[in-house]
Amino acid sequence: MEKVALFATCLTDTLYPDTARAAVRLLERLGCSVDFPLGQTCCGQMHFNTGYRRHAVDLAGRFQQVFAGYDAVVAPSGSCAAMVRDVHPRLGAGTPRTFELSEFLVDVLGVTEVGAYFPHRVTYHPTCHSLRMLGVGEKPLALLRAVRGLDLVELPAATECCGFGGTFAIKNADTSTAMLADKMRHVLDTGAEVLTAGDNSCLMHIGGGLSRLRAGVRPVHLAEILASTEEEPWTPASR
Amino acid sequence: MTWLGSPKFPDAARAALADTQLRRNLRNATTTIRGRRAEAVDELPDWEELRRAGEAIKEQVLHHLDTYLEQLEAAVTRRGGTVHWARDAAEANAVVRDLVGDAEEVVKVKSMTTAEIGLNEALAAAGVHAVETDLAELIVQLGDDRPSHILVPAIHRNRAEIREIFRAAGLEAESDDPRVLAEAARAHLRRKFLSCDVAISGANFAVADTGSVVVLESEGNGRMCLTLPRRLITVMGIEKVVPTWQDLEVFLQLLPRSSTAERMNPYTSVWTGVTPGDGPQEFHLVLLDNGRTATLADPEGRQALRCIRCSACLNVCPVYERTGGRSYGSVYPGPIGAIITPQLVDDPRDEQAASLPFASSLCGACFEVCPVRIDIPEVLTHLRAEVVRARGRDAESVAMAAAAWVFASPRRYAAAQKLGSLARFLARDGRLSRLPGPGAAWTSSRDAPVPAREPFREWWRKNRG
Ligand code: SF4
Repeated sequence: MEKVALFATCLTDTLYPDTARAAVRLLERLGCSVDFPLGQTCCGQMHFNTGYRRHAVDLAGRFQQVFAGYDAVVAPSGSCAAMVRDVHPRLGAGTPRTFELSEFLVDVLGVTEVGAYFPHRVTYHPTCHSLRMLGVGEKPLALLRAVRGLDLVELPAATECCGFGGTFAIKNADTSTAMLADKMRHVLDTGAEVLTAGDNSCLMHIGGGLSRLRAGVRPVHLAEILASTEEEPWTPASR
Repeated sequence: MTWLGSPKFPDAARAALADTQLRRNLRNATTTIRGRRAEAVDELPDWEELRRAGEAIKEQVLHHLDTYLEQLEAAVTRRGGTVHWARDAAEANAVVRDLVGDAEEVVKVKSMTTAEIGLNEALAAAGVHAVETDLAELIVQLGDDRPSHILVPAIHRNRAEIREIFRAAGLEAESDDPRVLAEAARAHLRRKFLSCDVAISGANFAVADTGSVVVLESEGNGRMCLTLPRRLITVMGIEKVVPTWQDLEVFLQLLPRSSTAERMNPYTSVWTGVTPGDGPQEFHLVLLDNGRTATLADPEGRQALRCIRCSACLNVCPVYERTGGRSYGSVYPGPIGAIITPQLVDDPRDEQAASLPFASSLCGACFEVCPVRIDIPEVLTHLRAEVVRARGRDAESVAMAAAAWVFASPRRYAAAQKLGSLARFLARDGRLSRLPGPGAAWTSSRDAPVPAREPFREWWRKNRG
């Protein structure tokens, strides 16, 4: 049995608790024992990316302390996992073994069929940090393809950035919006009912745009899809 | 190197985004070249090793730049050329001005370095007209415009616009067929090649041990410039030197595939000093610093000096694709511009330059394609930190410090979550469509998420804690 610590990420903890609950349910179903160290807060990515290095160094240090005792840390976010794995060492903080959820499932647990059931038409957006910093590649798609009932449709220009970029979305709001508009057009072109990704931050951005359009496409984090079963199906809640 | 009076990036971008013609021209051009580059690169099974070789050679050069430059100077001199050193734009322009002598017109083969120092303007002030001979450069020059791309400075123009620019400048073209347009330019340029006595060029590389200078171009006009006139003046950034001919081989593979998606560059010209009775009889090499040694002193930022100006990072950049090159307010646009311009400007009070490192979503597409593996996102965040440090205390830094203070304690963090969930009262049918303060920029185009009734940690504490 793998003992894992869940790093929920500040965004998911605060705004999308369903995703974190789904991650726990999924990992336990696959035989892991999951802990959620309550000392955790934020990996420091927002500070680092906006130019506040001193604060980022402090937060990286505190992250490493909180998670020091665990064999593996799992985060339902490609960009936070990349922050911990790639950037923390550059800030002088040692790395506990940290994985993005799909990496953990496929590489560590060695599963692609997780017993999920999700009877919806779904399209997948590979978020930039999952794709380029972590290199998760086909793993999320392999997981999705194994979900019973799920109709996976390809997203055109999938690898293009959605325009979120953290504080970029505010500092360069017009450019961010132009990028978002193209991403939404591609999502709508697929005819999918559900847009999924491994990062709630990008889903918050694209989903916020789709909601403004009253487009009727629902953003759902990958963890929630993989946690969904016939007995306990996914239900729309916080979004 | 930045254009005087250019607005900060977000403001320039807003104006550019409103220009739908520009966006269409750019999208068409970048989408095509992106696909072709990927194909050209996929053909080489050892692309990753080539990239690493390119990176290693450039790093080696940067670590021993003084040695290689002295070698280069000795070799050029040995072969009958003259080397001039210029600390900044003013010095370089003065040197070139003197070398031009009493010529009234000079031909130029495209050179970003001369654009960086504003050479054409400096020459014009001295009564010398510089004729750009690269087709795209010529379009920019005749249109009294600014370049918007490293390789294709007129990428933002379509055929109809180009014909119009030609007509206004007195170059008649019967239609806007690219061949007809090129023919009109050719006739115009041929007269210049045959009448000009002085040529000015840039350089892609210079080989230290032989003193050879290399220019890559795809129209052949450069070759005319480099062989016909009697006097040749080359202006080159000091980081362009490579140790040996063998090193050149790596770049002659990396550069064409990255920039034009060609397997081999159409016109690669190499010249070494002067050859009596053949080609230019006088050769001057101006070695330009202009902020480069200052950049070299920064261990995190200096990797930007590896750049071979292939423009691959521009063509994949989602920000560049929408805002165009002129929004960057500099001769160096796109991702490389966002990291090289602020370093060369090296002035923390320059607000325009300070806005450039933030002109990126950090998506990483630029790093992925860069043939010399410049980690552009890494340099961007490094430069952002410099900007923040120079700016001192302001509303943003206070907010960031407050957030860090909250994140430093789980107890304060949980309390802030409770406070945040008050925003639920602002929501209408499950949507937050208008936020105050900095949130307003978010809700201008996106609904904001409604904070959860119960944060995850609350749930964990109650059910599992
Ligand atoms: S930074 Fe890299 S990709 Fe961009 S122009 Fe320079 S060499 Fe090319």
